[in-house]
Amino acid sequence: MDKTINQKAWFLVLPVFLVVAFSAILPLMTVVNYSMQDTFGNNQFFWNGVGWFKELLDPSTDLGGRFLASLGRNLLFSAIILAIEVPLGIVVALSMPRQGWTVAACLVILALPLLIPWNVVGTIWQIFGRPDIGLLGYTLNSLGIDYNYVSNEFDAWATVIVMDVWHWTSLVALLCYAGLKSIPDAYYQAAQIDGASRWAVFKAIQLPKMNRVLLIAVLLRFMDSFMIYTEPFVVTGGGPGNSTTFVSIELVKIALGQFDLGKAAALSLVYNLIILIVCWIFYTVMTNAGAERPEKQGAA
Amino acid sequence: MEHIAWMAWTLPTAIFFVMLASTLGVMMWLAVAYPEAERVGVLRIPTTRGDRLFISLVLAAVIHLLWIAFFGTDPIATLPIGEGVEISSLWLATLISLLAAVAIFRTV
Repeated sequence: MDKTINQKAWFLVLPVFLVVAFSAILPLMTVVNYSMQDTFGNNQFFWNGVGWFKELLDPSTDLGGRFLASLGRNLLFSAIILAIEVPLGIVVALSMPRQGWTVAACLVILALPLLIPWNVVGTIWQIFGRPDIGLLGYTLNSLGIDYNYVSNEFDAWATVIVMDVWHWTSLVALLCYAGLKSIPDAYYQAAQIDGASRWAVFKAIQLPKMNRVLLIAVLLRFMDSFMIYTEPFVVTGGGPGNSTTFVSIELVKIALGQFDLGKAAALSLVYNLIILIVCWIFYTVMTNAGAERPEKQGAA
Repeated sequence: MEHIAWMAWTLPTAIFFVMLASTLGVMMWLAVAYPEAERVGVLRIPTTRGDRLFISLVLAAVIHLLWIAFFGTDPIATLPIGEGVEISSLWLATLISLLAAVAIFRTV
């Protein structure tokens, strides 16, 4: 059987291709060009080969030290918020009501933080945490805890992490809740007949059924926290010192603060490569996790 | 040329992008001339030629960066052209990347 081959549909992709060419491909090519050169402005460029990459990957140089330190901070930040948000999100999802008007009420309340733009979240927490006028900062200080996110590194980290947890745990909770809702009642009834404990139900029924949504949640949260810019920038401005300067903040400092286009281009290419790899793993795991399941069920 | 001055083109990056574009062109021609089906390789994920090219390119970038980080770019040889053209050791990373690409295209 020969199929008729008609490739004309590809022409329909042309407008999108043109838009992407101007908004993404040309700028990316320019960044690659910049990463190989040095400039002092006025469109005058000087060839530098892979010099910037060498500096970037060498911790003993200024650029490399800053990049690797901010990368380390960023990975630590991502690890901490994942370790808090994922278990917390599961607990919230498990304790949510299953029917009645309270479901709608819970969903609305949970969705609220997700609807607030990043810079507003930053501003809210910046004021909330201030020791002089902020509710949180004032309360903590009057309780005798010396809390000041502007001068104390630990306080700055705690503020940024609690802010992220406040902003994004809802996402994990909502995803888990959707996963829980898809479990048929028959599973719970069977568990009840078997006299299964609460923990056994969670381990044998709920957790396996939440597998896929949890994967989505972990990868989404990882990528978002790895690219975080606005919230810590608004709250701490990357300080005190450099203690909450994450990779994107460092990048903006180098590109727009110092106008070191070559260094910034090299940094952003490496940053882009890391994100590209994570995205690819995300995409591959997502598309194949769904594809494997029917096979297994077919075999069983 | 005035209106693309902001893109700061250089000969090496231009050659790089021309090679990238021609690779994509060849892949397109291959897809039309020799259509293929997905297959499952050592990574146990279904991949097409395009997927394998993508993996090879990303891996090549990683290999080059790791080479720069751990071995640097000192010259390893000098070609007897003119006053002598120095060959950076980074070309070894390129060689490794090409070998890796061959391996990926055959096994992944």
